[in-house]
Amino acid sequence: MAQTIAEKILSAHSGKGLKAGDYALCKIDFCFGQDGTSGLIIDAINKMQIKKLSAKSKFCMIIDHSSPSPNIGVSAIHKKMRDFAKDRGLKLYDIGCGVCHQVVVESGNVMPGYLVVGADSHTCTYGALGALATGFGSTDLAISLASGKNWFKVPETLKIVVKGKLEKGVYSKDLILHIIGDLSADGATYDSVEFYGPAIYALSMDARFTITNMAVEIGAKFGIIPPDKKTGLWLKQWTTKRQKAVYADKDARYKNIKYYDAGKISPKIAQPHSVDNVVDIHKLAGKPIDEAFIGTCTNGRIEDLRIAASILRGKKVSPGVRLIVAPASREVFLEAMKSGIIKTLVEAGANVVTPGCGPCVGTHNGVPSDGEIALSTANRNFKGRMGNPNAFIYLASPATVAASAVKGRITDPRR
Amino acid sequence: MKLKGNAHRFEDSINTDYIISGRYKFRIQDPKELAKHLMEDLKPEFYKSVKQGDFIVAGTNFGCGSSREQAPLVIKHAGISAVIAKSFARIFFRNAINLGLLLIECDTSGFQQSDILEVDTVDGYVLNTSTGDKVSIVPLPGFMTKIIEDGGIVEHFRKYGDFKI
Repeated sequence: MAQTIAEKILSAHSGKGLKAGDYALCKIDFCFGQDGTSGLIIDAINKMQIKKLSAKSKFCMIIDHSSPSPNIGVSAIHKKMRDFAKDRGLKLYDIGCGVCHQVVVESGNVMPGYLVVGADSHTCTYGALGALATGFGSTDLAISLASGKNWFKVPETLKIVVKGKLEKGVYSKDLILHIIGDLSADGATYDSVEFYGPAIYALSMDARFTITNMAVEIGAKFGIIPPDKKTGLWLKQWTTKRQKAVYADKDARYKNIKYYDAGKISPKIAQPHSVDNVVDIHKLAGKPIDEAFIGTCTNGRIEDLRIAASILRGKKVSPGVRLIVAPASREVFLEAMKSGIIKTLVEAGANVVTPGCGPCVGTHNGVPSDGEIALSTANRNFKGRMGNPNAFIYLASPATVAASAVKGRITDPRR
Repeated sequence: MKLKGNAHRFEDSINTDYIISGRYKFRIQDPKELAKHLMEDLKPEFYKSVKQGDFIVAGTNFGCGSSREQAPLVIKHAGISAVIAKSFARIFFRNAINLGLLLIECDTSGFQQSDILEVDTVDGYVLNTSTGDKVSIVPLPGFMTKIIEDGGIVEHFRKYGDFKI
């Protein structure tokens, strides 16, 4: 039976030959929760009165959504996580370690062919490593931690092939926004998405994570870039574990195949209040902005900060614009310090905050005011997402955000 | 299972940020308190209009967005007995089943705000008593019905100590 990547990996984890539409109990290779979801994971474990946590060594918690704590309610959740980790002997990444999706890939716990679940919807990011990874709710995660397995429906697979070459000043963020705009927010609901083509393989690993991170924004369960040499080399930085890549069979059955030409894509912006409300940058060029944010699990990696620094070098953030930068992890922060990126950003007027999710998810570190416009490198622009339902969030690449921060208006980074 | 209640009508792609905003989920742990903010950014003070047993009725892709389990949790705690929609986002769907919140997938185009609906999960239909229209529902796989009947996955695990599906 010819299989897609999702069918192959789920089959390997259930001990049965599976095809799209089947349900199966599968073993899980790694799972985690963050501070927005771990409180309920702990509650569920306690309610179930589970003594032995089967996946104990394959689990961690990360404090990133409100890090450090901005209020006493959050402080109580953080304490609950620290106490639980201590009581049960579990791995905890405390404040400052970074955004879960960067911390987890740097931890070496995700390998090609793995099945990974996280209590965070952007867990699909790890598909860039050739793993099947998806977001779960807290109770689902608790079940996975307790039993080391969970039930899965084997998804259909959508194949996306991107040919051509991205123009200078156009990035993987623009490419994925273009795809989301084309397919819409529910264009791939429950599907596994496999990305192929020269434009995908030309991307660095940092840029690939941006693509798979946003697979959930078209409703996908998994977003996968089959591993190549770059994947292998990237993983070797973090782990010596043996790599066993899983590829789709030649005649695997796809629900649909979509083709894109990277050469035809210009910088894109997702307008409020949905991620699929995507337009070419020229339609919005010149629109004044109040806040600019560079960071998140989508675009807070070293390459993103380097691109932003290259645009901001020797320049100043426009008066009246607040530029906030959150490196995706402590590792990224350190690298950005060593290479002078942080100095460049701060000299330009950027405010560098603790690695974490804060501004993107609206918990702290830059909640916009009523009627204000925020231009962000995040993955979501829902009403209220940055903490204020009366603000307007636009999404773009780090280059577009940096160039716009300098001008004080939405600006095409190619100019 | 047979249920009857008022329809509270919502559109397509109701995301989890609308169901319960991130600015509350990190601050409030008590689900009853949290439930006061259900759908607040779309309909201020919405929770006051909900009577025990009412339905949320929506279009496609209900519950898209984040993995926050507080979304189905606040719906349940606000007194909603089931969400009836054309389709559900994947993570929301799993979370709701795990928490024992009933989800009904059917064509909702004929249901308007304040219609009185009757749901029958055994015979598999929703009857709109305000118009007399009856639509059939997409049945859930057997093991999911079992989890809902057990009162959610936590109760299921308490009972069996593992998956028994």
